[in-house]
Amino acid sequence: MKLSKTLMVTSALTVAAAGGVYAAGHGMADSMTLVSWGGAYQSSQQKAYVEPYLAMNEGVTATWDESSAEAVAKLRAMNEAGNITWDLVDVVAADAIRLCDEGLAMEIDADELLAAAPDGTSAEDDFGDLLVSDCFIPQIVYSTTFGYRTDMVPEGVDAPSQICDVFDLEKYPGKRALEKRSINNMEWALLCDGVAKDDVYDVLETDEGQDQALAKLDTIKDEVIWWSAGADTPQLLADGEIFMGSTYNGRLFSVIEEQDQPVAMMWDAQIFDLDGWIIPEGLPEDRLARVKDFVTFATDTQRLADQSKYISYGPARQSSAPLVGQHADLGIDMAPHMPTDPENAKNTFLYNYEFWADYRDDIEAKFQAWLAQ
Amino acid sequence: MSEAILTPIEKKPMNFTLPVVGAFGAFFGIFVGAANGSVLLGIVLGFALAAGLAFVAMEVLDKSQERMARYGLVALFVVAGFLLGGVPGIVLGALIGWFFGWLIYWIGEGRYRARLVPYLTGGQVLWHYSFRVLCGAIFVFLITPILVVMPLSFNAEDFFTFTPEMLRFDPEGYSLKHYRDFFTSDDWQQAVWNSVKIAPAATLLSVSFGTLAAIGLSQPHVPGRRLIMAILISPMIVPLIISAAGMYFFYSRIGLQGTYLGVVLAHAALGIPFVIITVTATLVGFDRSLTRAAANMGADPVTTFFRVQMPLILPGVISGGLFAFITSFDEVVVVIFVGSANQQTLPWQMFTGLREQISPTILAVATILVGISIALLTVVEILRRRSERLRGMSPG
Repeated sequence: MKLSKTLMVTSALTVAAAGGVYAAGHGMADSMTLVSWGGAYQSSQQKAYVEPYLAMNEGVTATWDESSAEAVAKLRAMNEAGNITWDLVDVVAADAIRLCDEGLAMEIDADELLAAAPDGTSAEDDFGDLLVSDCFIPQIVYSTTFGYRTDMVPEGVDAPSQICDVFDLEKYPGKRALEKRSINNMEWALLCDGVAKDDVYDVLETDEGQDQALAKLDTIKDEVIWWSAGADTPQLLADGEIFMGSTYNGRLFSVIEEQDQPVAMMWDAQIFDLDGWIIPEGLPEDRLARVKDFVTFATDTQRLADQSKYISYGPARQSSAPLVGQHADLGIDMAPHMPTDPENAKNTFLYNYEFWADYRDDIEAKFQAWLAQ
Repeated sequence: MSEAILTPIEKKPMNFTLPVVGAFGAFFGIFVGAANGSVLLGIVLGFALAAGLAFVAMEVLDKSQERMARYGLVALFVVAGFLLGGVPGIVLGALIGWFFGWLIYWIGEGRYRARLVPYLTGGQVLWHYSFRVLCGAIFVFLITPILVVMPLSFNAEDFFTFTPEMLRFDPEGYSLKHYRDFFTSDDWQQAVWNSVKIAPAATLLSVSFGTLAAIGLSQPHVPGRRLIMAILISPMIVPLIISAAGMYFFYSRIGLQGTYLGVVLAHAALGIPFVIITVTATLVGFDRSLTRAAANMGADPVTTFFRVQMPLILPGVISGGLFAFITSFDEVVVVIFVGSANQQTLPWQMFTGLREQISPTILAVATILVGISIALLTVVEILRRRSERLRGMSPG
């Protein structure tokens, strides 16, 4: 009957429902709504820091909302309606920058909010360049890269190992999966059309450069299946519908190591991106206090290292790297599966936030028009 | 009556039988050919094989050997199917063999005319059967997506894929793990629990308000009843996303967004039009002199409603309620706006699951839901027939 009573209370208190009843003495709300991506990533967060935090703080509850994909739109609507129901939101860095610019995310002081490393290095230095926005609390480094089916490599040919093998239909015939957006695809296309790595963004700034990239993509367009959700490429690879496809490296790890599919990684020209938390602007005091307490715990050195036991994304703190251990269930070493591992990171890109903030709308419109042709 | 022979039948000439049976052979040849690399070859071979078999059955074998010939065909196709496609090939081969055995004699002996009236032209006969085939094809088209989902939900792997093990009917390829996942995962159980709490409450509200509104609006003296009716039915006509966005901002202002009550009210608003429409339809056949007779005998309006009117319009109320229940139980757009993470319903959970991780657990849930829907509709239909029988409305 406790449940129906809670329901009556929530119906009556309505807005206060998300905050719940005040925890006596601490001035902290005793429930949080965390927003994340669902799937294996969310469960790695659940195991690495949400469960330990709840065990330490009895009486506190956490609810997941799997809405990160539409976080920007929903936060705008919540702000408009004056009704912020989320306490902590997991977003990619580009979205964090947008939310920060629009004033929907709270600016934070990294040294004040986040724990210092065990050796005393300040949080600001420990996260370093990854603090790409004043509102952004980085958790992981992930990469968008390619996986291919080992049993579909033509006989007498080496397995694909270069990014340009994706564009080589003669040597590696078969379908490819690429993300249905310009970001990443344009860079790869230019790179394989003879543009030097350092010049890619200079070339992509110009109309001719954009046309050049699209012309390169045109050469494989008939063989491309366009994906929009991270789960698409793993499904297509498992089906044998495609020979190779791009997706997030953690998804490929799961296909290869956990699902045991005949798939292998191709790390060449992987593109790094960041994922992390933002705190929505305008939370009431008690909920803000709870979220700050949680986020300090959840992004300390040990917790970020723990997360890599469950998923192959690199911890955002430098001090976490040496603590990366073995997979919690499979017992394999996780370090070689990290996108940041030196073996894998011989040739990498870092998602260029400034460039894409300036050119995203134009290039994306061009790309979508090209897609529709 | 359907067994009666209306038209005397006779054996058809070979220049009719062979092309018709051959055309069916060519049709199946398309699929076998496509599977083996050459569509054109499949069509030609399929035509030749089917026509050849028809010729042997009609001209070489005696009519008394029909039974033997048909069993022979099944055996032949089973062996061919096994050679081409292993165990699943046997099943398909048996079905195709049976079909051609039946088809050859049905066409060749002219049996297809037996149950039709004798004056139909050839074109009319053709239309008679193509119409039925067309209806069947539409039915198959509607039902196949649901049927495909069911075996996939027993997949031993975490993908929406018919694995080679599954196609070989190897027990290794099947597993109940996605059902176990559904029944043991907190997320899914919470979603089921939320749906079970929200849908009946929303249905109850829809049925009560919808029935009252329908009765009121069926009184001729109510002013502006067409306008009121149009407003009440509008949630059914306005695109869902617009209702949802509107409800989101309105409910946020008055503090109902993200609450159980808010979701129930939103779903009730969506369900009310269904109840109004079905109840209004049954009220058309309702004899108003009955309520006057009841009043004449001293019953107050409430008693009249429950003892006289309600039992007569009950079928409309029940089917309206069923629609309202399904609307709430299936609804994903409005709940995403009006609900918060604490009110995640089953469709919401399926929607996010499908977008973020294509896991066959969704298929297991879908299979369970299809089973429940079938059971629910069967029960309602049985109850309806029983009540009709008890009230002497049908001879059944």
